[in-house]
Amino acid sequence: MNYFIIGFYALLIGASSLAAYYQKRTPFVLLFSLTLVSFVMGIVGGESMLWAVTLLAGMIAFSAGVSYSFREFLVLILPRDLAKEMRTAPLTAGFGLFVIFTYAISGIFAPIIAPFGEAEVISSAFAPADENMLLGADQLGRDMFSRIIYGARNTVGLALLATILAFAMGATAGLYAATKGGKLDQLLGRIVDVIMSIPSLIFSLLLLSIFGTNTATLIIVIAIIYAPRVFRLARSVGGNVVVMDYIEAAKLRGEGTWYLIRKEILPNSSAPLIAEFGLEFCFVFLLVAGLSFLGLGIQPPTADWGSMVRENATLISFGEITPLIPAGAIALLTVAVNFVVDWMLYRSSGLKE
Amino acid sequence: MSQDKSVLLKIKDLRIEGYSDEHWIEIVHGIDLTLHRGEVMGLIGESGAGKSTIGLAAMGFTRDGCRISKGSSIEFDGMELTTTPASDLQSLRGARIAYVAQSAAASFNPAHKIIDQHTEAPIQYRIQKRLESQEDAMELYERLRLPNPREIGFRYPHQVSGGQLQRAMTAMAMACRPDLIIFDEPTTALDVTTQIEVLSAIRDIVDQFNTAAIYITHDLAVVAQMANVIKVLLKGDEVEEADTRTMLENPKDDYTKSLWAVRDFKRDQKPRPVDTVPLVSVKNVDAAYGDTPVLHDVSFDIFAGMTVAVVGESGSGKSTAARCITGLLPPTSGEILFNGEALPPDYRDRTKDQLRQAQMIYQMADTALNPKVKISEIIGRPAQFYSGLKGPALKNRVDELLDLIELEPAQYYHRYPPELSGGQKQRIGIARTLAAEPAFIICDEVTSALDQLVAEGILRLLDKLQKELNLSYMFITHDLATVRSIADEVVVMQYGKVVEQGPKDVMFKPPHHAYTDLLLSSVPEMDPDWLTTLLEERGVDNIGEAAKLK
Repeated sequence: MNYFIIGFYALLIGASSLAAYYQKRTPFVLLFSLTLVSFVMGIVGGESMLWAVTLLAGMIAFSAGVSYSFREFLVLILPRDLAKEMRTAPLTAGFGLFVIFTYAISGIFAPIIAPFGEAEVISSAFAPADENMLLGADQLGRDMFSRIIYGARNTVGLALLATILAFAMGATAGLYAATKGGKLDQLLGRIVDVIMSIPSLIFSLLLLSIFGTNTATLIIVIAIIYAPRVFRLARSVGGNVVVMDYIEAAKLRGEGTWYLIRKEILPNSSAPLIAEFGLEFCFVFLLVAGLSFLGLGIQPPTADWGSMVRENATLISFGEITPLIPAGAIALLTVAVNFVVDWMLYRSSGLKE
Repeated sequence: MSQDKSVLLKIKDLRIEGYSDEHWIEIVHGIDLTLHRGEVMGLIGESGAGKSTIGLAAMGFTRDGCRISKGSSIEFDGMELTTTPASDLQSLRGARIAYVAQSAAASFNPAHKIIDQHTEAPIQYRIQKRLESQEDAMELYERLRLPNPREIGFRYPHQVSGGQLQRAMTAMAMACRPDLIIFDEPTTALDVTTQIEVLSAIRDIVDQFNTAAIYITHDLAVVAQMANVIKVLLKGDEVEEADTRTMLENPKDDYTKSLWAVRDFKRDQKPRPVDTVPLVSVKNVDAAYGDTPVLHDVSFDIFAGMTVAVVGESGSGKSTAARCITGLLPPTSGEILFNGEALPPDYRDRTKDQLRQAQMIYQMADTALNPKVKISEIIGRPAQFYSGLKGPALKNRVDELLDLIELEPAQYYHRYPPELSGGQKQRIGIARTLAAEPAFIICDEVTSALDQLVAEGILRLLDKLQKELNLSYMFITHDLATVRSIADEVVVMQYGKVVEQGPKDVMFKPPHHAYTDLLLSSVPEMDPDWLTTLLEERGVDNIGEAAKLK
């Protein structure tokens, strides 16, 4: 029995007793179940397991703290309307926004933040971390940390561009089909069905091997693959708006289709479209990473998280976590974007209670 | 049956708060209410008066985001509902207190048969077995004079008409023989002819079982038929309470008087101008939705500066006629003349000027105005589109139009439709049509979604505008009181045919076509004995047949 274990249990039991005394139901249940879980884990895993539990709890508490302060920061600096929205946002949304903010900063200021260039060979292959290299070197001796930072710019930037393009195409076509209806609607709908019936990864591999891999083709191919989903959503949302009386009034006024889409329909279907944007961004992001892993995405020596996972994959067998770092970066951003999207969906659905 | 008259419901100092903008705001300010067994209390007031909120509170229930303040007391048959646990309240509702909602169509589950929904509560509360309960339901259906009482329950909600469904809903509320039923605007969504069936059915059944009822409505004439006592509400405050006859004959408060006076608005009838071409002329129009014919040989004329009211029940083809005139539904035969010239049947083929001349005001201002566009742009767009106004000229025009509809321009210029009240939205809708400088406006049930006071304001405004701008109106409505106040000529429609047409004074005097007669006599009057007298005249049993009269 050492002091850590005694302190650990004393703290947990003390805290749960306090929660029980002050009639705080949720914290008590949380703390006490944690105590019970730690009993079991302590018996099974010993002291090291308890350390892991402490570390995990600390990390969760730390990210909660960061999200809280970031949210309060946003409330202070944003204009009134947005600040009001932020104040009611859940902590997860604050966390998501913080992560996205961090990624954006590292992407935009990559050359300033990164100590080395993305293609710069500075040491031997798979060199361990030292005072020069925060995360060690990759299979060619390039700085891992610098490549991660540059990867934020390349991978995220590419996914963002592809998503925006997919949305521009899908939303325009979808709203146009909803407004016009008839044969054009049917035609567009069937084209979309055909594209959607082909598995996206196989279809992109096919297209990329036909047209070759450069950044522009990559963006266009991904946009073409993802636009049909946006088309379907935009068409169904637009379909609900098109039947409103104000659209009829505008039609009777003699307004053109483009005016109808831009001024009458789009503002009323933007909420679900924005939420969908967040979700699609995650899918596109994963597809880009997947393609890079297969060697058809962003080409070397450009840093890209997907290909970094593949290149360093051999290190896993030596018990090193290096290849997991870019994978973790992908996972973290996906989770963060989904947190924000959840919040936006919740807001646009009007389910406040 | 013993006619027990003891106190059933006693509400004292009821205060209800609603949560909005991160604050609790009191929406009902200390209402007292006492209801005896077998008594019917009418709650009336404009929307936002707290009628429904109070009605629900009588069941110990509040809508999401509302709560009953501390210190309020709701005593139902000796039980304090504000402190009763939720599970006990649950077993009270449906069994001893029942609720009949405004829209039966929305309140029934479309996936289950009517009778299965009826028997759900009695079975759940173990009052009756399934077969017993079904037998009971059939008996209730018979009492409510539903056709085929033994079979109608085995249909799905969409297989019966709106009036029948509302009666089935009342039967369902009676299933456990509750002590109290809350009727929340049960006939508002129905046609006048159907409304009578439901009203008389409700009145009979409440009478037969000595059930107490709270009847919530905004229609004074209806409440006059139903209630023993009337309570007038305004913005969560009680204005006055008195028994029905006293209230109708001698209202004390100014607000009540103004409610009573609403139906006084009447305007002189204009004669048809001689030797002129009618502004709009509908000639032998047939129309169909797909393969279903809707209009048969419809013809009528609208002269410049006149108001033609088109009346009829829902499904009579009133709105379809309007769609033919606007060109949204090209007629299958016949033509629409404007100033003597035939208009292209499809609106897409019409010139900008032809489109400008005929404008439309919609029933639901909520869906007629784009919620994401500023008022200034909603009104400004037609002016910009047709007259090419820009910059300061456009702003002046919008200000002018807002003045015309009696709204302060500076206050409304930058606002969005959801920030406005129903009446204000309808005014904005009118301003949008005026911005096009039309000669002819179709008003599609423009006042039916509004409170009486607000509706009257809109009617006065339309009348004023007609005088100032020499507009012609085609006024589609099912409310004959509106027709009486604003129309010059009346067209009565049924089953897609014009049954009768002529100047208003002639139309409102006998002899009528049988259908016109039925329609006219079904409009509730303020006389509390009106329903009884009418039913005696018609003979209680043929109400159903009378409605189907062709």
